[in-house]
Amino acid sequence: MKIKVRRFHPRFDPPSIDMEYEVPDGLVLLEALDLIKSQRDRSLTYRSMCRSGVCGSCAVRVNGKEVLACEYKVQHGDYVEPLSVVDVIRDLVTDKSKALTTLARAKAYPLDMAQVQMSEEDIKLIERQSDCILCTSCYSSCPVYEEKPAFLGPFALTRVYRYVADKREQAKKEHIDEVIEDGIWDCTLCGNCTEVCPQGIDPKNDILMLQSWAAKFGHFNPNMSSFGSFGLEF
Amino acid sequence: MIDLLIVGSGGAGLSAALRAKELGARVVVVGKHYPTEAQTSMAQGGINAAIDPEDSVAQHIADTLASAHGLADREVVELVCQEAPEAIEWLDRIGTPFDREGERLAQRRLGGAKAPRACYAQDYTGLKILHTLYDNALKMGVEFVDEHFLLNIILHEGRAVGATFLDIRTTQVRQILARSVLLATGGYAKIYGKYSTNGFGSYGEGLAAAMRAGAKLSDLEFIQFHPTALAQSSILISEAARGAGGKLINSQQERFCDELATRDLLARAIYEELEKGLEVFLDITHLGEEFIEKNLPQERKLAILYEGVDPVCKPVPIKPAAHYTMGGIDVDRDLQTSIEGLYAVGECSNAKLHGANRLGGNSLLEVVVLGKRAAQKALDGGMEPQESEYERTRMDRQFIHTLFGLPNKIDFMERREFLSKIMYRNCGVVREEAGLKGVLSVIRQHQRELAFMGIKDRSQLYNSELVQFLEYGNLLELSEAVLVGAIQRKESRGAHFRKDFPNTDDRNYLAHTLFWKEDGVLCADFLPIKDNQIK
Repeated sequence: MKIKVRRFHPRFDPPSIDMEYEVPDGLVLLEALDLIKSQRDRSLTYRSMCRSGVCGSCAVRVNGKEVLACEYKVQHGDYVEPLSVVDVIRDLVTDKSKALTTLARAKAYPLDMAQVQMSEEDIKLIERQSDCILCTSCYSSCPVYEEKPAFLGPFALTRVYRYVADKREQAKKEHIDEVIEDGIWDCTLCGNCTEVCPQGIDPKNDILMLQSWAAKFGHFNPNMSSFGSFGLEF
Repeated sequence: MIDLLIVGSGGAGLSAALRAKELGARVVVVGKHYPTEAQTSMAQGGINAAIDPEDSVAQHIADTLASAHGLADREVVELVCQEAPEAIEWLDRIGTPFDREGERLAQRRLGGAKAPRACYAQDYTGLKILHTLYDNALKMGVEFVDEHFLLNIILHEGRAVGATFLDIRTTQVRQILARSVLLATGGYAKIYGKYSTNGFGSYGEGLAAAMRAGAKLSDLEFIQFHPTALAQSSILISEAARGAGGKLINSQQERFCDELATRDLLARAIYEELEKGLEVFLDITHLGEEFIEKNLPQERKLAILYEGVDPVCKPVPIKPAAHYTMGGIDVDRDLQTSIEGLYAVGECSNAKLHGANRLGGNSLLEVVVLGKRAAQKALDGGMEPQESEYERTRMDRQFIHTLFGLPNKIDFMERREFLSKIMYRNCGVVREEAGLKGVLSVIRQHQRELAFMGIKDRSQLYNSELVQFLEYGNLLELSEAVLVGAIQRKESRGAHFRKDFPNTDDRNYLAHTLFWKEDGVLCADFLPIKDNQIK
């Protein structure tokens, strides 16, 4: 079968071209890329590490949708591209560092953990959110992040919610305060991130949960207040 | 000036970084990938600590020593096992979402353990510990330098003062100086290529760099083969599957071993079945879909994807694959290498915790307990280096330049694949002198031919072929040492099994194998173990 790969090198003319490769049936995309690199084209550039869906390094887009190369079975005619929105360095390798800086900006880490007895149910509340592998697929799919690079973005907000929902965390209000600006109210709840997450995480829902926590702490949705000027009651 | 330069951002590197930050140090973590793209993310089974009322620290120590077959340092084992409950408490306090059973930490029994001892987070234990450590590292302001590949240790008057790195994005060589250097670069099980459970990355550049700098390495021939890797892809099926009652059967539907025996015994039993021409399967069908979805979801997904078998419905074909390297950079109880100012921790080191065979759940424990200890000891031993560009850096810059000019008449990727195959066949689960010597001569041939190899990709921008070529060079250097160790040790012990010497020979080989380089030539010798260390 044949697949097409979008190649990119800023110093080539033209910098971007599509190249077609013949690959055998039944391969996982990462196996196909490894085969192309070792046997056909040494310059093909992509990232990989664990080949089992836990390191988050090999996220790309196939036919416009974000997938992990190590977890996607190749189909005839597939079109493989780098992640979108984030900067492309070369071929399928993108610059993850900007997306990663959102974690520190959102303070997506424990602020004040107390020693509290946790039950099975308490762990359940944060189990899915803590499955995140920081593959950046959600940023690639996010129309808000595309328009507004300052937006904290899906994985950072999911991670903040992971700590807010953690029974041990005492500083819930501080967490919420950190995600008001360029955060939870900017999300349009389009659900793209949820759709593409290879780990089945639902950042859209996590953001909704953060919004309701925010309301509890007296933060108002600025988008709603403009409706208020119409004098509408909800 | 940087107080502590940590190379490697896995569990060991990040645990060390957090401890160094607690102590008020300026710490920089350099990694060849992004921080959480580390081998630690692949650890599934759990992290050991004797906290179950049925268990005891003494039992944890006894199990670890029994599995080590005389090559562990009792003091190190005691230290780590004693600190284990506190390490779990610390991980819990900083946010690790360990599974609970009712109100207490859930624990499962892994092979070789007399009690349920491994705390876990589904089959994502390593992943969740790693990400929790990373979150806390961001909180503490640890500085990260990403996508920098370790080349060499910089020495000044016999002391490590920093290291040189290849910036993968730009192909520039840069030096980073520090008061102390800590290697936490992971193991070298990927020298077995596709016969290894490890990710692309475990090629042992930390060990190779330390050896080139003159540090001693030890016990490199002790390589753990995980009994249950998927037959095609070598992707790991966690020991938790057997802990929960998974059965091993051959293609004649016979069970042939005790599934909860240690990894070395099981790997050998499975290998023998395969040698008979039979297939071997891991059968967890009787555990039911609900259990498998809850406890082994990753394994299920990967078995379907890579083997086309759903373990809920059918037994999964498996084989043993290189999984963990017990040997490493030789360190003392303070994690210091034989070079002043250079420390090593985690799988790249040999702190003599695992000896001849590691128990499941003890390596995550090692990276946390000894990672923190290493940071403290390294900071105690720090010394301000002279700030200037070192000769090493100039040489490495020249070296990278030279690689671009190599003729590339022989394809290193073909060589690498061939080598992994003969390593697995001859220096794998079962070893024998003639085969080992054969592979050694092939390696020496490959080493001579390195100058005729090279790279096809001429770009200076994110040249991943160049990185793979550098990894191949390290792989050759380490494989040579592994073989020399395996040839010299004419006995069987733990993970090292010699068909021609099937018994353990304490009279001659109750000793650590030491490796070092003199003028670029590999040397090896045995260091006998004093009785008081093992009894």
